[in-house]
Amino acid sequence: MNFPAELKYSKDDEWVRYDGDDAYVGITDYAQSELGDLVFVNFPEVGDEVTAGEPLGDVESVKAVADVFSPVTGVVLEINEDLLDDASLINSDPYGSWFIKVGSISETDDLMSADEYAEYRGQ
Amino acid sequence: MEKKTPLYDIHIKYGGKIVEFGGFLLPVQYGSGVKAEHMAVRTHCGLFDVSHMGEILVQGEKAKDYLNMLLTNDFTDLKPGGASYSPMCYENGGTVDDLIVYMRGENDYFLVVNAANTEKDFAWMCDHKIDGVELTNASNEWGQVALQGPNADKILHKIVDDKYIPAGYYTCIFDGDFRGIPVMISRTGYTGEDGFEIYMPADKAPEVWETLVEEGKDDGLIPCALGARDTLRLEAGMPLYGHEITEDISPKTSGLGFAIKMSKPDFIGKAALEADQPLKQRRVGLKVTGRGILREHLDVYRDGKLIGHTTSGTFLPYLGNSYGMAIVDTAAREIGAPCQVDVRGRMVDCEMVALPFYKRSK
Repeated sequence: MNFPAELKYSKDDEWVRYDGDDAYVGITDYAQSELGDLVFVNFPEVGDEVTAGEPLGDVESVKAVADVFSPVTGVVLEINEDLLDDASLINSDPYGSWFIKVGSISETDDLMSADEYAEYRGQ
Repeated sequence: MEKKTPLYDIHIKYGGKIVEFGGFLLPVQYGSGVKAEHMAVRTHCGLFDVSHMGEILVQGEKAKDYLNMLLTNDFTDLKPGGASYSPMCYENGGTVDDLIVYMRGENDYFLVVNAANTEKDFAWMCDHKIDGVELTNASNEWGQVALQGPNADKILHKIVDDKYIPAGYYTCIFDGDFRGIPVMISRTGYTGEDGFEIYMPADKAPEVWETLVEEGKDDGLIPCALGARDTLRLEAGMPLYGHEITEDISPKTSGLGFAIKMSKPDFIGKAALEADQPLKQRRVGLKVTGRGILREHLDVYRDGKLIGHTTSGTFLPYLGNSYGMAIVDTAAREIGAPCQVDVRGRMVDCEMVALPFYKRSK
């Protein structure tokens, strides 16, 4: 399983990629594999506030719904509209499929390195 | 403790993701995923382990009379080699289970029931047994696989002689020979496609499975699991016990009138079903026209008024849209009419549509 070294990882299986002071957030290869074929995503809107450790939205597979937790507290600057049209992009490219871009970050969860996350997930 | 089917080791070997279902450990999907398995059945062929289903024998000189009293369908004209679908009701019209009755011969019937209901059904049947009938719960002796899809017929013909392959839908051959293994082959299924359900002695199930995988792979056969079984039956508009029919939802409400013969002198639940007319609620199909995925147990509204609840729902891979089934007030049930479903606090626009959502071209 693939966990790029340049990303940070949460214990709820989200990844964070910093872009200056802002951050892109998505779900990991492990998460998409556990969830199976994804068919739908629910996002906040641009301008909404997200809170570290709280759900920012959810993803749905054929079988189930799963909350996606925000690893940071901040304001939503952008959402990835491509995923609204085709959630299966998350399965095929979990690290290219960012969910939201967050700015004005005031708080961040304890995040793991790629090696720490791989060990955490027993991979 | 959960039971294993005779194919449990095969599921592990093929990378099945194991879950508990109906008291059994079964795969919810294999490596290729629910969508790919679903599409394989619609376009080529899929192979399912359905050994968890219960098998109950009804035998004896009064067997036919007993079934006509116990079940809503009419077995008077069923012939050996024939099969018939039927609900089984409580006195109050609620549903004990839905099942298939195969007639093996005079005074000899083979019933296939839902896994989770096997013990409950057998107890109910024993409680209502009459003289001249013998009941046997033979569930542990049988393995069962479902071979489903447009290539199912071609694949089975590679392995089994023509004379052991039933030609007509809902017919069955009991003394089949699958390369030396005694099998029962019925032309039935739960996917909306042509196909077969093959019953064999439990210890022979792995050999039958591996033979079908080997002979079917060139025709696009892949192993399929519970996730695809559910999306396929939903796409084909078929009810699932515990969802569209329950102890509280009568088979009439769920639109199974074709299998309820009110002309019979009597059967368990007849008086209650007669009294429940006109129906207060009925089943309907819902197609999502807005954004969202339907699931079971969601409230259905029109113009702010609660009109019913969903019983199943998901994204259907072949049709490429989210659909669901719902039980709604009869007065509000109108094909083509809009409604809204409360999906975790968000109203999702839907349209009432006719069932089934998908019907194969013959």
